Amino acid sequence: MPVRSSGFARQGWLLAVGSFATLLAGAAQAATPGLSGEKASFPPFDPAHFASNLFWLAITFAVLYWLMSKVALPRLGSIMEERASTIGRDLDQAAQLQGKAEEMAQAYEKALAEARKNAQGIAQTAREAGAKASDAQRHATEAELAAKMAQAEATIAKTKTDAMGNVRDLGSDIAAAIVSKLTGQAPSASEAAAAVDQALARG
Amino acid sequence: MAAGGGIDPIHQFHIAPIVELKLFGLDLSFTNSTLWMVVVLAVVSAIMVYGSSQRSVVPGRLQSLAEMAYEFVASTMTGVMGKDGLKFFPFVFSLFMFVLASNLLGLLPGSFTVTSQIIVTAALALLVISIVVIYGVVKHGTHFFGLFVPSGVPGWLLPFMVLIEAVSFLSRPVSLSLRLFGNMLAGHIALKVFGGFVVALTTGAAAGLFTYAIAPLPLLLAVALTALEVLVAVLQAYVFAILTCVYLNDALHPGH
Repeated sequence: MPVRSSGFARQGWLLAVGSFATLLAGAAQAATPGLSGEKASFPPFDPAHFASNLFWLAITFAVLYWLMSKVALPRLGSIMEERASTIGRDLDQAAQLQGKAEEMAQAYEKALAEARKNAQGIAQTAREAGAKASDAQRHATEAELAAKMAQAEATIAKTKTDAMGNVRDLGSDIAAAIVSKLTGQAPSASEAAAAVDQALARG
Repeated sequence: MAAGGGIDPIHQFHIAPIVELKLFGLDLSFTNSTLWMVVVLAVVSAIMVYGSSQRSVVPGRLQSLAEMAYEFVASTMTGVMGKDGLKFFPFVFSLFMFVLASNLLGLLPGSFTVTSQIIVTAALALLVISIVVIYGVVKHGTHFFGLFVPSGVPGWLLPFMVLIEAVSFLSRPVSLSLRLFGNMLAGHIALKVFGGFVVALTTGAAAGLFTYAIAPLPLLLAVALTALEVLVAVLQAYVFAILTCVYLNDALHPGH
């Protein structure tokens, strides 16, 4: 609780007047001899020392008052004021720094969230691109496979037709041979072929 | 403790001149009482002036002590008188430190208690009351004497109330000075009496086995009394300061 020293001087005269009055009163009493008479053996009540005590009390107390009001108390007041202002300034600075730190933390959070969003987008795109690529590859492979299958089927069908043609020729040969063996008379090739065709169509 | 006094409990209050000095027909000798006033001044100045000379924001021990005294008196004053009472701060502070240092230094063996002289406490009390009256009259004029006229009192009772208020006001310097003086005087006499018992029981004419056996009892009492006297020394300084604040408050705010 710092106290300003400007008001101190104003009551200095008060103090001076008060102490002077007190000193005069005491000195007057001390100067009147025989007030306490012979019974003044108890030292604190002995008026013989009143004047000396008052005189030196006035001097020492005045010096003390002067030292306190002019030197010690204003100095202590300013020290404490300075301390209060220093603490206040430091607190302000700390609050400012804290605000800055919070701002930075927020910016960091924001950047982090953005980066996360970006990463998600990139991952999504990559995933989609990958899916598209693999789809295309699958389609191509499937088409290729289908083409190969069709080719194979065509080959099989041709082979089968060829084989069937061979079977017919062989059948007509065998039929001619059997007929000639049985009848001793060889049928004509066209007759045999017609018979085989008939049998094939039936079977 | 009392040089050559043996067990005379009054000897400690004797004033002996160290340097004779006569001025204007008055005996203004530099006495042992004066010496201890100077010691009090030196001790208080050492704490307050030297202690604050470092002006450090983080105080050392002595500066902490000085700041504690400063804040203690300042908070006591604002508590009693409010903020505007702080214009009397140096006065009340000097008074408090002077009385406190006198009381505490007086407890040192072989020292002299300045506040055990009634003329000293009376002078300090009169100084307080003079300041109250002078400041009150200068600041508030006749309004200051409204202090003696309590409000809300029926007319027929007013003269009695004014009389009572006036007597109570006039008795303030008496009670203020006698309280401090009496406490210091009685405490030191009691201490010296118990100390004297120990001396009498061990070295007196009737000293024997029995007296040796019971000699520790007054010694223990003297130790306990010393502790009590330290408390009384601080408490009386505080009481003196706070009553000064109460009286100054009347000068500042005379309205009831």
